[in-house]
Amino acid sequence: MVASVTSLGRSGVYDWLVQRVSAIVLAVYFVFLLGFFAFSSEITYEIWKGLFSQGWMKIFSLMALAALGAHAWVGMWTVSTDYLKNGVTRFIFQAVCGGTMFVYFVWGVQILWGL
Amino acid sequence: MLVSVYRYNPDKDEAPFMQDIEVNIPEGRDLMVLDVLGLIKEIDPSVAYRRACREGVCGSDGLNMNGRNGLACITPMSEVVKNNKLVIRPLPGLPVIRDLVVDMGMFYKQYEKIKPYLLNDTPPPAIERLQSLEDRDKLDGLYECILCACCSTACPSFWWNPDKFVGPSGLLQAYRFLIDSRDTATAERLAELDDPFSVFRCRGIMNCVSVCPKGLNPTKAIGHIRNMLLQRAT
Repeated sequence: MVASVTSLGRSGVYDWLVQRVSAIVLAVYFVFLLGFFAFSSEITYEIWKGLFSQGWMKIFSLMALAALGAHAWVGMWTVSTDYLKNGVTRFIFQAVCGGTMFVYFVWGVQILWGL
Repeated sequence: MLVSVYRYNPDKDEAPFMQDIEVNIPEGRDLMVLDVLGLIKEIDPSVAYRRACREGVCGSDGLNMNGRNGLACITPMSEVVKNNKLVIRPLPGLPVIRDLVVDMGMFYKQYEKIKPYLLNDTPPPAIERLQSLEDRDKLDGLYECILCACCSTACPSFWWNPDKFVGPSGLLQAYRFLIDSRDTATAERLAELDDPFSVFRCRGIMNCVSVCPKGLNPTKAIGHIRNMLLQRAT
C-alpha cells in the first residue's frame, strides 16, 4: 500500500471511478451542447440565455463543472506524480492546479446563478 | 553484420557508450541473439551479459534488441535485425551494473510486495490442499511467468514509478494468488493494492503484452484485479 495524501480520494479505485464517471458526464454534456447547436435554427443571445436560465440546465452545467474539476484533478495529479520528481515542485504544481480548478468552479457557479 | 552493443563499466568508463562490432554470421542459419552475443564474446571477452538455460525458461537474458525487449536466447535474428544492423541494450529503466547486466533489485522488491506465495489460515490437511480442475484452470496464463522483467521494463508507468507501481509482472503474479481457490487472504491482498499507484498506474498501453516472451497477458490480469477492487469498494 502506497500512502498518498494529495490524490483526490486517497484510494486508487475511487480516483479511477471518479475519472470514468466524470468523463461520461462531460461527454453527455458536450454532446448535448453540440446537439443544441446543430438542431437550433439560430443562436441568439435570448435563446442562449433562455437555455441557461432553466433550473435543470443550471444543475446539468454545475454537474459538468464539478466533473471537469474532479477529472482535471485526477489527471493533473497523475501527470505530476509521474513526471515531477522533486517534492516541493510537485506540491506547488498540485496546489496551482487545485487553486485554478477551485477558482473556475466558483466562477462557474457565479456565472450560472448570476444570469 | 554490424552489431552495436551498449557498454558501460563503472570502474573504467565515465559514461555509457555504444560499441560497434562487426560479427561474421554463419550463412544459412537463423541464429538466436544469444548466439550472436557468444560470437561477440569471442571477439571481445570483456562484454558482460547474463545467461543460463539458453532456452527461454530461466529468464536471465532479458535484453532490449533493436528497441524491443525480449529473451536473447529465443529471439531469432530474422525477427529483430533491420537493415543488417542489430542494436543491443540492457533492459530499460533499471540501473546498469555493467554492460548488459542490470540491477533487478527494484523489480524483485515489487514482486516481494505482492506476497507471491499461498496464504491460508485454515489448518493444513494431512496430505495436500486439493483444488478442482476448474479452479486449477484459472491459474493458466498466470503461473507461467519466469520473472525475466521484459514486461515491467517495457512499461512507462514502471519507468516513472518503479518504487510505487507494482508493474505488469508483479500484478500478473498478484492475480495468480488472488484467483487461487486455496488462498484465503484475498481481502488482505486487495487492501494492499487499493492505492493510486500499485495497480492504478497501469494505463493499459499493453507494451507488456506485446513483449512477453511467454505470450502472457498482464493487462488482462490487471483488468481482473481492478474489477475485484471495484466490486469490493462499491
